[in-house]
Amino acid sequence: MNLRPDPTFHPTAQLAMQAPVENYAFTVMLSPDGEQSDGIAVVDVNPKSDSYGQIVHKVIVPHKGDEFHHFGWNACSSSLSPLTGHAFLERRYLIVPGIRSSRIYIIDVKDPLKAKIHKTIEPEEVFAKTGYSRPHTIHCGPEGIYVSTLGGGGEDGTDGPPGIFIMDCETFEIIGRYEMDRGEQDKHYDFWWNLPQDYMVSSEWGLPPQFEGGIVAEDLLSNKYGHKIHFWDLRARKNIQTIDLGENHQMALEIRPAHDPAKAYGFCGVVVDTTNLQGSIFTWWRDDDGKWQARKTITIDPRPEDADNLPELLKGFGAVPPLVTDIDLSLDDKYLYVACWGLGEMHQYDVSDPMNPVLAGKVEVGGIARGAAHPNGKPFAYGPQMVEISRDGKRVYWTNSLYSTWDDQFYPDDEGGQMVMANNDENGFHLDKDFYVDFPEGLRSHQIRLEGGDCSTDSFCYPNV
Amino acid sequence: MGWPLAVSAALFEQKTAALLRALVALAVGHFLAMTAILLPFSMMTALVEWEQHLRIGAGLLVIALGFYLLINRRHPRFLARVKPTRLALWSFLAAMAHGAGLMLVPIYLGLCAIDELDAGHQAAGALMASNMGTAVLVAVAHTAAMTLAGGALAAGMYFWLGLKFLSKTWFNLDVVWALSLVLVGLFGIWSAV
Repeated sequence: MNLRPDPTFHPTAQLAMQAPVENYAFTVMLSPDGEQSDGIAVVDVNPKSDSYGQIVHKVIVPHKGDEFHHFGWNACSSSLSPLTGHAFLERRYLIVPGIRSSRIYIIDVKDPLKAKIHKTIEPEEVFAKTGYSRPHTIHCGPEGIYVSTLGGGGEDGTDGPPGIFIMDCETFEIIGRYEMDRGEQDKHYDFWWNLPQDYMVSSEWGLPPQFEGGIVAEDLLSNKYGHKIHFWDLRARKNIQTIDLGENHQMALEIRPAHDPAKAYGFCGVVVDTTNLQGSIFTWWRDDDGKWQARKTITIDPRPEDADNLPELLKGFGAVPPLVTDIDLSLDDKYLYVACWGLGEMHQYDVSDPMNPVLAGKVEVGGIARGAAHPNGKPFAYGPQMVEISRDGKRVYWTNSLYSTWDDQFYPDDEGGQMVMANNDENGFHLDKDFYVDFPEGLRSHQIRLEGGDCSTDSFCYPNV
Repeated sequence: MGWPLAVSAALFEQKTAALLRALVALAVGHFLAMTAILLPFSMMTALVEWEQHLRIGAGLLVIALGFYLLINRRHPRFLARVKPTRLALWSFLAAMAHGAGLMLVPIYLGLCAIDELDAGHQAAGALMASNMGTAVLVAVAHTAAMTLAGGALAAGMYFWLGLKFLSKTWFNLDVVWALSLVLVGLFGIWSAV
């Protein structure tokens, strides 16, 4: 507990953009086959430092086979909420779940160079207290730390629907399930909210048997992955509306609401449209009658490709699907970055008008049957995936692995973990030649968190002025 | 208590009127919390012969709450489930959870100054009525003071300083608050014996 609010908590997104820039990034390192332990890499992102662009510290966990994926902070700007007034927490701990093991590590990063494990929550405790498994997205909010899960109970996680559970933000005790009325929600992936307007939006990937062993082509072609987004009364813990994006819109993943809480819209990325292999972005918004609406506002076409160059899974299609696997919105709600993991492209859309996004920039690196090298000449395995934007919107970082078994299906010949960065400046959106992190042998990389918060962490409680 | 809510309300609606409306809602909730605690005590003060016991008891109660808040520094989680639009309810619950009403009890009991009255000749009913009047007065005075102080902060933030000052002026007063409860309790007991 501090006497003053943590200096990394900001009332508005605008103020967060003006705050000092990040010196460190925390990036997931995962062992795809469980041969090694997973960990968190601390990457120096201060261009003035001698170790710029290097992994300067690693927190390696004692277990194997956790499969790290997403993670988040114990506290963020949501602590400045005028309602819950928990302003004196410290942004100090990273909550890192293993999506394969259901184990959760709490990592103390107060001193990034000496980051260490603070507490471990064993899978049995997660199962017993929540009936959920495979914890995934982390957000800090009014009742504590909210954790979305991908699986329900039982060995394969299909005994009951997955959902969200709440953890205490100081003791990290698991308190219990979030939902009081889940409506028709039966799959889960991401969630985020608007705290003052008191709504939450959640999305769907698929159930554990549909992803743990690799993508199930039959399920995909018969549209059995998730294709709905759910709107919740956040504090009443009740699903108030479900929008079906259409069953051909398979895998509605990342939810990115506008950061300014005075706005009532946001975006959701859809991995693939099974009718034409397009990737797409939906804009969702609340209309004048208070009803939620969603409309497809961005489509990205597949690229025709000779079947000989394609992995087994795609040979029959003769094309490379874009595979929109991650999106991220800058704090000024101006640019939406869209990772096309299949094409090997990172798109930058100007979403100043959220109903009419305009492609503003594009970077090519990696990609199926293309494998574009980094501007420094080094290889980039797979394609651009988890993307994170600096608070000031000037630097965009990303890594390359989607999910262990899926990497191997879409890129059977690739291996390796890389993290790169693109600048967004007067020369437009372009890769930085000097920032290229190669991960240790046998480890891949996934989500990135920036010191002091980033564009997919903090929820702001006051409107921009 | 709750002045950042008034700033937030005004910013959302872009209207000064929203700031005032929020302050009124917060004041109503706070006032109700005060009276909810003070009124039962005002009725009990009719039990004149127990007057000293009552004052010592109330003092001990406030001290106990102060110590409880010192040891248990967790924020009440039920406040996180109140809808952002229910400001009066939030204000009522927040005041209850922090013992703001209870804090006034020793002061209020001291104000009743029953010992100066020729209690034996007073109808219990009349005494109760006058004590209830005092209770309401104490609650009004307290709520007015709080609303003025909070309103000044909220207006300062909204009109001149801007939100940058929100995180700069927000101090952790949990310990100070708990200690002040203990202090008020001690004062109540001291004045009773």
